[in-house]
Amino acid sequence: MNPIAHSPHAHAPVSIGKVMGTVLLALTPATLFGFWLYGWPAVNLWAVALIAAILGEAFVVRMQGRKVRPVLMDGSGILTAWLLVLSLPPYAPWWIAVLGSLFAVIIGKQVFGGLGQNVFNPAMAARVMLLISFPLEMTTWVAPATPGFMESLRITFFSQPIDGMASASLLGHVKTEFTRGIGLDQALTGYYAPLDMLWGSRTGSLGETAAVLLLIGGLFLIARRIITWHAPFAMLLGVAVPALLFNAIDGNHYAGPMVHLLSGGLMLGAFFIVTDPVTSPNTALGQFIFGLSCGLLTWIVRTWGGYPEGVAFAVLLMNAATPIIDQYVKPRIYGRDRKGAALTANK
Amino acid sequence: MKLFDLKGGVHPEGKKDLSAERHIRALPLPKKLYVPLQQHIGAPATPIVNVGNKVLKGQLIATAQGAVSSSIHAPTSGTITALGDHVAPHPSGLPVPTITLESDGEDRWFMTRIVDDPLALAPEEVAACVAAAGIVGLGGATFPSALKLNLSRSSGVQTLIMNGGECEPYLTCDDRIMRERAVEIVEGIRLIAHAVAAKEILVGIEDNKPEAIAAMQEAAQGTTVKVVAMPSMYPMGSEKQIIQVLTGNEVPAGGRPADIGVLVHNVATAFAVQQAVRYGKPLISRIVTISGGAILQPCNLEVLIGTPLQELIDFNGGYTQPAARLVLGGPMMGQQFTNTNVPVVKGTSGVLALLASEIGHAEASPCIRCSTCVRACPVGLLPLEMAAHIRTADLTGAVALGLKDCIACGSCSYVCPAHIPLVHFFNYAKGDLAAQERSKLKQEATKKLAEARNERLARIERERAEAAAKRKAAREAKERAAKEAAAKAAEEAV
Repeated sequence: MNPIAHSPHAHAPVSIGKVMGTVLLALTPATLFGFWLYGWPAVNLWAVALIAAILGEAFVVRMQGRKVRPVLMDGSGILTAWLLVLSLPPYAPWWIAVLGSLFAVIIGKQVFGGLGQNVFNPAMAARVMLLISFPLEMTTWVAPATPGFMESLRITFFSQPIDGMASASLLGHVKTEFTRGIGLDQALTGYYAPLDMLWGSRTGSLGETAAVLLLIGGLFLIARRIITWHAPFAMLLGVAVPALLFNAIDGNHYAGPMVHLLSGGLMLGAFFIVTDPVTSPNTALGQFIFGLSCGLLTWIVRTWGGYPEGVAFAVLLMNAATPIIDQYVKPRIYGRDRKGAALTANK
Repeated sequence: MKLFDLKGGVHPEGKKDLSAERHIRALPLPKKLYVPLQQHIGAPATPIVNVGNKVLKGQLIATAQGAVSSSIHAPTSGTITALGDHVAPHPSGLPVPTITLESDGEDRWFMTRIVDDPLALAPEEVAACVAAAGIVGLGGATFPSALKLNLSRSSGVQTLIMNGGECEPYLTCDDRIMRERAVEIVEGIRLIAHAVAAKEILVGIEDNKPEAIAAMQEAAQGTTVKVVAMPSMYPMGSEKQIIQVLTGNEVPAGGRPADIGVLVHNVATAFAVQQAVRYGKPLISRIVTISGGAILQPCNLEVLIGTPLQELIDFNGGYTQPAARLVLGGPMMGQQFTNTNVPVVKGTSGVLALLASEIGHAEASPCIRCSTCVRACPVGLLPLEMAAHIRTADLTGAVALGLKDCIACGSCSYVCPAHIPLVHFFNYAKGDLAAQERSKLKQEATKKLAEARNERLARIERERAEAAAKRKAAREAKERAAKEAAAKAAEEAV
């Protein structure tokens, strides 16, 4: 006989697998756009990353003596690898994707105790590891192109030089021009076309260039109540406000809010990374503070840091601050004041 | 009327349409009734009948014991055939002291004393009638009603809130009683208000029951009773939540509604009060909803207390298919039962036979900290954090996070995508805390007794030593005196 069950004897039609599946669905438009933009090498990279994550996670879970199937079925490993690959240069060699995926699911997640236990966002941890360890491969960008399938295999698996197609991302270009003493007004000429940026037809990571598609995916997740608006909105605010302020003060040295909002991994970060439930605070206010700080740090790294892009660094720093935010930001309990003391009786 | 916001809450599928249009029907007289001595919060009642006694319907068969307790009456006329254990309406299925009554089929009333103008009675008399009728809160908490009236009168209640929320899915017993017996309920409400001298009377009904709202509004015309439609959301019918929505005030942590001048009663309780005060009828029956996907024809029945649940299930055709789970009460806070010989008690609001698809059970997976539970909690707790502390046996940490403020409504468990049985964790921890407190009290008592014993032994020892010393001193004095006398005699002889 089954053991006696505790109430409630009803359940909302939800599961972890459904949550992850919905997030993957929200990522699909931007990903397909990336495939269309960069052609077969992007598809290769994506496939390699996912396969590596699945096999790597299965291996580690098996070594732990746990059941492999439920761990793989929750979809979190696939989501991690997917997010990572979207943040990689589309023509990166296969081993970058494999190394990154394995690092994300094994070091980033399983070492901490598996799903729900990791302190840092696994995809961002892997991206930062790759960026620091393999700066050349991680910053070799290409302008949108569509090489043939056979050529794509040579690019992904046999490190065929892609010098002919090499290009620079907007943020990287601006940073480089600064070091040459060239101001924004010149640096942006011919590089910054807001409409192209909105639609994503530009140089950048595999999945981060289509700002509009990522925004639509994010709004879809908000509508489906998978995420709330607090962290994404706050992150965009955290970038846009200082950008607006400093651009107004010195427009030749500080890029404006539109350049920042549509560049780099901000849209991906705002809607798919800072909303990672595991590594972000658990109250609405906490999530707002978290998102705002991520945005501010991103803007600071972009503006004054050594790297052109700062979303991954900002997210990791704030991941470390999440327990502190949770410690201080708690909801008020019914019948108690904010400090937890019982309300006084009054008639 | 302006309503106030409630934080959290969930919207489970109502499923009320299964039984909402079914008129209340009386269940045929059962052959045997099993009436437990404890159907309320507090001490069990003491039987005043013996095996073989003939009783009439409504006759007192067990009296209230102590400050918090309630009387129990014979649900029909017949013979007492046993005073002993019968399976309890509780998940444990353990036996509890029960009076078994065999019906004589005549259903003859003990006596009926009709009061023509019950509102002319003194407030104390109303409360006394309620106590004599063995009325307890019919919303599920089963707290003795008369006690609540007396406590409220002494602490000066301003607002009487009548709870017609019925926010649990499936249940329609309150909906039906409000539709069909609104006039009696309104009189009962006025009697309760009269008993506690309340100035404001609000009846809160969820807006998914428009017919009940209309019926109550019509019955309340010309009285000070105000019927208010509230948004349909679970747990709107929870005492603390209905107070918050209707008054904007919160019951202080660890306190009672009376602390903020509020008294809450269930609408079905008001009907019982009216029957008791006007007609002298004790609480011997109640309305029960029989529903669920496995029930052929869901319905609302008026059932005598003590009727075995099997008769309720069989009455309208039984099952369509084997039920995956049987539940007493609503699906959100109700309790599973396995033995259908369990009797209906005063707190039984529903009998549900659920299919696996309705329960939606799945094995728990790891918490992903998605905070859906935080958003669902109507109290403002962090269920995921509390569960994490309880998992590592850190009950102190869980209490610091507000474990004792948890109302066990089940909203967090209901929405958890990882299917973690959060409320189960909390109830387990509450039980463990209670056991710890009991064992602490026991330890203290043992320590006190041991200390008293040591002290007593030491005192006896001391007294014995003192007595011995005294005897020794006396003996020595005697010997000395004898010696001195001998010496004196010798001296005199010389």
